[in-house]
Amino acid sequence: MDATFRLWRSEPGGAGALTDYKTPVSEGMVVLDAVHRIQAEQAPDLAVRWNCKAGKCGSCSAEINGKPRLMCMTRLSTLDLNKPVIVEPMKTFPLIKDLVTDVSWNFSVKKTIQKFKPRQPDAPDGTWRMAQKDIDRVQEHRKCIECFLCQDVCHVLRDHGKHDEFIGPRFLLYAAQLEMNPLDTADRLHDLKDKHNIGYCNITKCCTAVCPEHIKITDNAIIPLKERVVDRFYDPVTRLLRMFK
Amino acid sequence: MWRCVHLYGPTVERTPGFVIVNWFIYSKGAFMQVIRLTAAPHGFGETVRRDNWWTTPLLVFVVFSSFIVYATWAAFQNAHYEYGPYLSPFYAPVLWGDSAHAWFGPQPTWWPALLPFSPALLILPFPGLFRFTCYYYRGAYYKAFWADPPACSVGEPRKRYLGENSFPLILQNVHRYFFYIACIFVVLLSYDVWLALWFPDGAGGTEFGIGVGTLVLLVNVVLIASYTFGCHSGRHIFGGRNDEVSKSPLLSACYDCTSSLNRRHMLFAWCSLFSVAFADIYVRLCSMGIWSDWRIL
Ligand code: SF4
Ligand code: SF4
Ligand code: FES
Ligand code: FES
Repeated sequence: MDATFRLWRSEPGGAGALTDYKTPVSEGMVVLDAVHRIQAEQAPDLAVRWNCKAGKCGSCSAEINGKPRLMCMTRLSTLDLNKPVIVEPMKTFPLIKDLVTDVSWNFSVKKTIQKFKPRQPDAPDGTWRMAQKDIDRVQEHRKCIECFLCQDVCHVLRDHGKHDEFIGPRFLLYAAQLEMNPLDTADRLHDLKDKHNIGYCNITKCCTAVCPEHIKITDNAIIPLKERVVDRFYDPVTRLLRMFK
Repeated sequence: MWRCVHLYGPTVERTPGFVIVNWFIYSKGAFMQVIRLTAAPHGFGETVRRDNWWTTPLLVFVVFSSFIVYATWAAFQNAHYEYGPYLSPFYAPVLWGDSAHAWFGPQPTWWPALLPFSPALLILPFPGLFRFTCYYYRGAYYKAFWADPPACSVGEPRKRYLGENSFPLILQNVHRYFFYIACIFVVLLSYDVWLALWFPDGAGGTEFGIGVGTLVLLVNVVLIASYTFGCHSGRHIFGGRNDEVSKSPLLSACYDCTSSLNRRHMLFAWCSLFSVAFADIYVRLCSMGIWSDWRIL
């Protein structure tokens, strides 16, 4: 069976267009397989980034039929092959070529988040003790593969271009992972409120919907952080209680 | 118009109807290249998505609007809110009113003459604002009523965006206070279920019984409690704020409970919305004589 793939091809000077490629497909194929076949047989200059083909490296992020997804984890059997399958690069980041975007903005954002700062070791041998239950909570956050699909879909970045003010769901998740770690002593709440502008998130959960690791980004990271920000800055009672502590 | 916002990052070019993010890649402080994004759909409703992305926001819009219209109408009725031992949850508790359930007697004299009196007007704002400021509802109505965004990766109607970062939506942070009040309501509604077990015996006293109405009120309070105790603010208070929740067994148990309800918060938000409206409709129609309540016991 043949299927048509409508791929974004960039042209010199920043322009570009969606171009159709027809290629044979078979059972068990994913979008990345089809793109590779097109690259091998029809378009040797097609740029596509990938690495693991197992949904673990986060390299092959793209927009398939308008939805941010990993190309290597999107089975053709889940798509309607009677219509061309549209594959575009992520739209929230600058395009390098074809399906490859420059995601380095994310790495510069990561540097703005205060590093993990563990408390003094609990035991004389320089080790710590913590309960599995407490670490389970941040274990979920650590599943992130940095595919940046959540950053791509977040409307604060995608539609409003607030890259200079808002760190996006991936880094709110990262901040939560550090902030909720039982060993950590750093305080990131001030930055979250004023520098990273957590308030821009309007909890519409698009980030959660696209996360290939099924991390409950909004429920288990962003909202808990929002609540901590409320504790610190907005709730008069907790502020009062803190004064007496 | 061009605006360069920081040393490494996007600039936003605004032309009517479009927000185009252009990127300047800097190298040692000097421009290397300008790369334009692919045609990111930015017009209202523009998307490459092929599925019926508008069905969920439309459904949310229709159900929430219908609920608001019905609840407002019912609140202003000041009639048919009780039947036998049953009290409609829209009117519970009756602080003042012409009802046997009233705590402080009939309509107070200080009530403004211009405003029609109804006991529900004193009550409904609290659960109403609890839901209005609920994290789940917020996300849902920002999409369905304000199209911000209409759905994921679908273009928005407005360019300006403040989010919950400044006035007025920063006020949503008051949610935990409505959570405290909502907890009191769970207790009061549970008490109403208890009262709904005692039917007039015809000799001036009461006798134990269970009617369909009792079950309607019971299911409603169970759903409302499941919604309330799965609240994100509650989850924060019952252990979420604590990085080492395991150190307190009681807190730890509370956190597990609220977290498991929280996972189904959306489900309970919807079910309790339907159940509370249905409980009011049930009591109303029984009181109007349109439905008759069936005594099980
Ligand atoms: S929930 Fe918040 S961070 Fe996630 S996509 Fe929506 S606005 Fe962005
Ligand atoms: S949180 Fe999920 S969607 Fe976001 S970068 Fe990590 S794995 Fe990707
Ligand atoms: S190639 Fe590694 S996630 Fe797709
Ligand atoms: S978050 Fe939904 S009730 Fe608090």
